[in-house]
Amino acid sequence: MNPSVVRLRERFGAAIVRAEVGWGETNVVVSGSVLLDVVRYLHDDPAERYDYLSDVTAVEYRDAGLPLEVVWHLRSLPYRRFLRLKVLIEPGAPLRVASVWSVYKGADWLEREAFDMFGIVFEGHPDLRRILLWEQYKEGFPLRKDFPLRGRFSRSEQLVQALAANPEARYSMEELSIADAFEDLPVDMRGRLVRGEKTGE
Amino acid sequence: MTTKQVEVSLSTTGLDAQGRPQRVPLVVDAAGNVVEMPPPAALEPELEGEHMLINIGPQHPATHGVLRLVLELDGETVVRCIPHVGYLHCGFEKIGEYRQYNQIIPWTDREDYLNSPGNNVAFAMAAERLFGIEITPRCTVLRVIAMELSRIMSHLVWLGTTCIDIGAFTPFLWAFQRREQIYNLLESWIGARLTTTLTRVGGMGADIPDGFVENLRDFNRDFPGTIDEIDRMVTRNGIWVGRTIGIGAMTADEAVNYGLSGSMVRASGVAYDVRKDFPYLDYETYDFDVPVGSTGDVYDRFLVRMEELRQSVRILEQAVARLPDGPVNVADARVILPPKSKATSEIESMIHHFKQVMEGPRPPAGESYVAVESPKGEKGYYLVSDGTPKPVRWRIRPPSFVNLSAIPRMVEGHLLSDVIAINASIDIVMGEIDR
Repeated sequence: MNPSVVRLRERFGAAIVRAEVGWGETNVVVSGSVLLDVVRYLHDDPAERYDYLSDVTAVEYRDAGLPLEVVWHLRSLPYRRFLRLKVLIEPGAPLRVASVWSVYKGADWLEREAFDMFGIVFEGHPDLRRILLWEQYKEGFPLRKDFPLRGRFSRSEQLVQALAANPEARYSMEELSIADAFEDLPVDMRGRLVRGEKTGE
Repeated sequence: MTTKQVEVSLSTTGLDAQGRPQRVPLVVDAAGNVVEMPPPAALEPELEGEHMLINIGPQHPATHGVLRLVLELDGETVVRCIPHVGYLHCGFEKIGEYRQYNQIIPWTDREDYLNSPGNNVAFAMAAERLFGIEITPRCTVLRVIAMELSRIMSHLVWLGTTCIDIGAFTPFLWAFQRREQIYNLLESWIGARLTTTLTRVGGMGADIPDGFVENLRDFNRDFPGTIDEIDRMVTRNGIWVGRTIGIGAMTADEAVNYGLSGSMVRASGVAYDVRKDFPYLDYETYDFDVPVGSTGDVYDRFLVRMEELRQSVRILEQAVARLPDGPVNVADARVILPPKSKATSEIESMIHHFKQVMEGPRPPAGESYVAVESPKGEKGYYLVSDGTPKPVRWRIRPPSFVNLSAIPRMVEGHLLSDVIAINASIDIVMGEIDR
């Protein structure tokens, strides 16, 4: 078992729900309330130095009674260690966990993808919006087990929606709001931009 | 003293009596004398934020696929960059939940399609960890050969297309000539060139054919000459150097914090190579070096990848030298099909074959994350099984995706033309990013 587990248990006590080894990989299940503290400790402590975030993802089981798992794969490059952190979200509970973006900048897109695919809200993420699907996508979260393989809408409805999306025709509000000039634009131009009309002429 | 603005047009410049270009007085006073203007006060607010949003892609050859970058420009300098991905999204991970383990292997060809053999090997390793299978020594070496060949293929595509992006055409042709040679090798091995589906859970789709080893030795002998040729042509070329040095640099801490992997993080001076740090397929027994850069700019990434090509040839030579005889597939009836001749002549083998194909092998419940060093970086497959023939979750850890997420940080403050060079240096494959 990964030696970090012992230190995690000493430090966080009952917040470390479970730790087990499967196929040589150490899984640590932590309570969602301390996740960010655990990650920050693992990143900063000189004895741990988990400085590399490999992956953020989630697992939902086919058995609807099992909790949904949010999974972080951490690596310590100096000590060559690998650790899998998990937070369990019980069925019916809101899908919210803390974002680790403040510790690892690499979590940005990985968390956005987990949000896009599972609907997990990462609290504290600076720019949590869909990434692989377009922003107006209405069918839900595709990797959830209640999402049918071919989608919720009929093929024709999906085609209509996809054609209407036309993502190149508009700059999203996020893009415009980061342009500092936006507030200084004339009111009518701002209105056109908000409505998503073509700009740049 | 009163001043007045004199409007001039560019066409009014001429030569004075001495033949020197006439200087145009911008401000003259009432008497006609030129006066110095005081420095301008703060610009008017409406002039200040005159940034332009421009859109590169998704249909643009220099974005290496359907990547869309929205750039906010101040003049020609990039102030902000917002990448948009997802144009190729087709739900690989969702589809994988409805497929048996061996049926997923063809899907792994199609995500990072420049590295199909490497993906096949990585996925098979993840599945084998779930099943608890130890592969045969011959299979291990064959997989190393497959991974290094695919690394060379992918780096050659990167090299060729990046040379085109930065203005050199010839290395592209040299690189693709060699790549063709590797495709011929793969075709003789498995019958396919691009989408190889080379591995099976517990072994390989086929053993290497007669003559493969000799052809591979020929390749190992000839290929370093091509690298040297490209090296002579490009590495000290003034245009190349001017467009790559100091562009898109990431410091070592930043690169690790952003989760960069592969040549990207090594160019920044972090010697993180999954083959060395978390070895698999007996990579720890091969003698090879991990090149690292110092500044992490586009030029360092180029140098690192050039050296990786040479190191891959070294690994290939060692792998060919140690290739043992013996079976390729494990003797494990849970995952390996009986020989076709038996399946058509013996009832037990026929039933076994039928159940394998129709139901699929069942791993015990559990999970495995196997990461390999793909040409793009740390490529991971995370499989979760609940004991049924189909995985509960098949997660791809896409190195290009995480590497690309740092592009806003890399292009900030650079010129528009540098965006192309930086984007090329990340070595993205949109099939892997969008999945």
